[in-house]
Amino acid sequence: MTIFSDIGRYLLMIKGMFSRPENGRMYWKEFIHQCTEIGFGSLGIVAIISVFIGAVSTIQTAYQLVSPLIPPSTIAQIVRDTVILEFAPTLVCIVLAGVAGSRIASELGNMRVSEQIDALEIMGINTKTYLILPKIVASLLMIPLLVVLAMALGIWGGRLAATATGIISGSIYDKGLLEFFVPFNVIFALIKAYVFSFIIASIPAFYGYYVKGGALEIGRASTKAVVVSCILILFADYILSALLLPT
Amino acid sequence: MIEVKNIKKSFGDKPVIQDVSSVMKAGQCNLIIGSSGSGKTVLMKCMVGLFEPDGGEVLYGGQNFTDMKGADKTEIRKEIGMLFQGSALFDSQTVEQNVMFPLNMFSKDSYKKKMDRVNEVLNRVNLVGSNKKFPSELSGGMKKRVALARAIVLNPKYLFCDEPNSGLDPQTSLVIDRLIQEITVEYNITTVINTHDMNSVMEIGNYILYMYQGNKEWEGTNKEIIFSKNQRLNDFIFASEFLRDAKDMRMLEESGKISNDRNMDELLDKDAPTLVPPTDDN
Repeated sequence: MTIFSDIGRYLLMIKGMFSRPENGRMYWKEFIHQCTEIGFGSLGIVAIISVFIGAVSTIQTAYQLVSPLIPPSTIAQIVRDTVILEFAPTLVCIVLAGVAGSRIASELGNMRVSEQIDALEIMGINTKTYLILPKIVASLLMIPLLVVLAMALGIWGGRLAATATGIISGSIYDKGLLEFFVPFNVIFALIKAYVFSFIIASIPAFYGYYVKGGALEIGRASTKAVVVSCILILFADYILSALLLPT
Repeated sequence: MIEVKNIKKSFGDKPVIQDVSSVMKAGQCNLIIGSSGSGKTVLMKCMVGLFEPDGGEVLYGGQNFTDMKGADKTEIRKEIGMLFQGSALFDSQTVEQNVMFPLNMFSKDSYKKKMDRVNEVLNRVNLVGSNKKFPSELSGGMKKRVALARAIVLNPKYLFCDEPNSGLDPQTSLVIDRLIQEITVEYNITTVINTHDMNSVMEIGNYILYMYQGNKEWEGTNKEIIFSKNQRLNDFIFASEFLRDAKDMRMLEESGKISNDRNMDELLDKDAPTLVPPTDDN
């Protein structure tokens, strides 16, 4: 029964977010603050992960392609498509669920426990609109941008590994990147990024906003938020792939 | 004036408040007292709308706050200031930003005007020169004063204080109590204070509501509390031997049997009782 009441409360929270802001400038400031926190705060980790994912993909793809009948430029095609279709949107979003998601849950949880949310309510501020909506909108803006960056860095990391280890030359890698490119793959990755962004911001916000207790409960809520977000991302990944990719 | 009419609140099967009614007047400190778990915090949260009561109503200046929705409720809330037990200051903001927050949200005044108002209220709570400090750099008493400044910055008609003295030493508690009382009278605010502190009860309790197991057990003033024959109230207020003696003394004073400026030196000059050292038999 808890799962149904949680889903109900989650939907009510989402519904409660849509009210007229008391002061547009304050909401804008909060939105910009969240963009900085979610976007720039996660830039470093996203860049590192993307470069290494691309590099490892190149080496592992080359290891598996042993047939002399397959042209070496295929390695670049496989790395490109794997990074665009799966690694950049899904893996990066799972990492972001840990980085940004836990931050959102613990920030709201701490505000709840220390009565800061109650203080805002008493002032006559809709706390769901002021605290949660900017986080979700900022995620919807910044996370797809991070995913696009992860695509570029992942492909570049693959090229770096290919040339550094001598698997294939840079020119063959570049040639491979341009072969059989399907632009829909990028659109598909962006659709996934938008769905995952919503999950990354709204699930931790739910667990943080409704936390009860003290420091221990904030930690638990934060962990639960990350676990549930990751599961939902993987589930959504499967559903979107099944629905949108022609097989 | 705040009127509480037949408020009831339960959590699950457990009734926490059972049919409590009261009238809190403007320009005076209205205290809600009671032991832990007596329902005083829940009553206060029902009054400010943080909890929805199961029954009854809360009226602000004759307007039914409990049944209000959306914009009307927000309008009343703009007239409410609240000082939380843990101060509830925004950690990432300076003192100045904390106090200015309600102004930024609801006032269309220029930055200079808002800053003047912030400095005025910070000056009122004796916190000059702390504008740029963060809550983590402040003592417990200073945090309460910043929270009080934030609560009054929009000139509220109603001020709620949830355990304003918790975690403070007796002297600082007294400073906070007097500050709340002065502000209440100065701005003619209806102040509701939720407290355990007996100093507050005696110092600023213009009206006292004593809660016992979710019910209104007693109501009166700090003068009347001395002469109350309510056993539960007396057990709660005058819990220690020392406080019972103090009560007797105060009763004698009030009834004119001893002078207010009694000479304590005479009492102290008396021989102290001789202490008998413990023996092995003990």
